Amino acid sequence: MAATQFTEYQTIRVRVNGHEYEREVPVRRLLADFIRHDLGLTATHLGCEHGVCGACTIIMDDESVRSCLLFAVQADGAELQTLEGLADGDKMHPLQQSFWDNHALQCGFCTSGFLMSAVDLLNKNPRPSEEEIRHGLSGNLCRCTGYANIVKAVQAVAEQSQS
Amino acid sequence: MKPAPFKYARPGSVDEALALLQAGGDEAKVLAGGQSFVPLLNLRMASVESIVDLNRLDDLAYIRRDNDTLCIGAMTRHRQIEVSDEVQAAQPLLCRAAAEVGHLAIRNRGTIGGSLVHADPAAEWPLVAAALDAQLVLRSQDNSRTVAAREFFLAPLMTAIEPAEILCEVRFPVAPAGAVWGFQELCRRPGDFAIVAIACQLTLDDSGTCSTASLAVGGAHSTPLHVADVEPIVVGSQGDAAVLTAAAEKAAAAVDPSGDVHGSADYRRRMVKVLAQRALKEAWSA
Ligand SMILES: Cc1cc2nc3c(=O)[nH]c(=O)nc-3n(C[C@H](O)[C@H](O)[C@H](O)COP(=O)(O)OP(=O)(O)OC[C@H]3O[C@@H](n4cnc5c(N)ncnc54)[C@H](O)[C@@H]3O)c2cc1C
Ligand code: FES
Ligand code: FES
Repeated sequence: MAATQFTEYQTIRVRVNGHEYEREVPVRRLLADFIRHDLGLTATHLGCEHGVCGACTIIMDDESVRSCLLFAVQADGAELQTLEGLADGDKMHPLQQSFWDNHALQCGFCTSGFLMSAVDLLNKNPRPSEEEIRHGLSGNLCRCTGYANIVKAVQAVAEQSQS
Repeated sequence: MKPAPFKYARPGSVDEALALLQAGGDEAKVLAGGQSFVPLLNLRMASVESIVDLNRLDDLAYIRRDNDTLCIGAMTRHRQIEVSDEVQAAQPLLCRAAAEVGHLAIRNRGTIGGSLVHADPAAEWPLVAAALDAQLVLRSQDNSRTVAAREFFLAPLMTAIEPAEILCEVRFPVAPAGAVWGFQELCRRPGDFAIVAIACQLTLDDSGTCSTASLAVGGAHSTPLHVADVEPIVVGSQGDAAVLTAAAEKAAAAVDPSGDVHGSADYRRRMVKVLAQRALKEAWSA
């Protein structure tokens, strides 16, 4: 194998929501910008671009990550899920439905990040207590709702999955 | 904002990474979890000419017990340590501390090695590394050395690592028989950096008498601070209130905090005393 070299552009292949994409990217392109601009998937939002707000949260290889703190080249070969991949056709994902039912969003800017974080939280802990939900979502900021309904929405899904 | 342009390489082995780092000279840096480095790049508080990405180096991501030593590869993610049965069995204080590092998505990516080299004085890994007298294994292309955590941290965000070195492994002593620990952290929200945090480990005999003690403070000094003066006070005691108060006062006297928006220097010093008392008490009542 040839020795690894420093490069400024790389061709990457990623699977996003089940679709295969191949693109050439400058190595400094953030994964969040790649998803939004190169792939046109704009459900992933950018609030702070330095890791504190959680709006850009996506699932990479089954775990939640900040897409503003990864470079697109780092996702080469990875399997990504964004909010666009959550619903089953016209049928909303249980978390989406529950956010709707519980009024867990107002302006909606933070919502996709919360949903993706909640997906990972429930994967890791399908029956979280209220406190565990609050801990699990502590990395996501919402300036509208006051969080109570977001916690309620996640709790409702956790309870459904028990019955 | 977006990072300024740089060159990027993703080596497949530690040797290759060391060679690339050497070739890149002072203007090359390694990328681990990116949870501290990438924010600095995005905010343009830092810029680099070239980045050596360690994320595909599986030989730096492991948890291995070697007799009385727990060896953790530098690229092991916070989350992997948090939920590791092996770590829980060998040195449970590490699982406790890991759970306090940032939020879930941060812990999924961030690494123990990255946190130690980033050297935020309020971070959990530097604190427990100082408390437990961890040893850090550093490699460059033509050298390998081991530095005690208690000597590694020099100032906020400053350590003894050289530009051509990679932190490869962190070695913690396995908790000996009779070991108990306490961990106390004051912060506004779960996942935030500590305003003040205390980690301690004691060994107690069957009657509850202390034979060894080690306590460190985070968030209240320019580096995580191991307070050696605590040990002679608590050793030989059974943890009565007067001893805990005297030990906590030693800790508060040892730190030189600075104030910021989260708390004044005075407040931090007072919290060192309060949390040190609580941490020692927690250890004794374990
Ligand atoms: C919102 C948010 C909240 C956070 N909260 C906390 C918290 O409460 N407590 C806490 O401790 N941390 C917190 N962090 C930081 C987080 O723990 C980082 O993961 C950690 O500080 C750095 O580790 P990293 O693997 O991400 O390293 P990187 O960000 O990739 O690297 C950090 C620095 O270390 C160098 N480096 C990394 N690995 C090595 C190595 N093996 N050898 C040599 N040099 C290396 C890099 O060149 C860089 O200079 C938070 C981060 C965010 C974004
Ligand atoms: S945009 Fe990524 S965390 Fe705020
Ligand atoms: S709904 Fe507006 S920021 Fe959360």
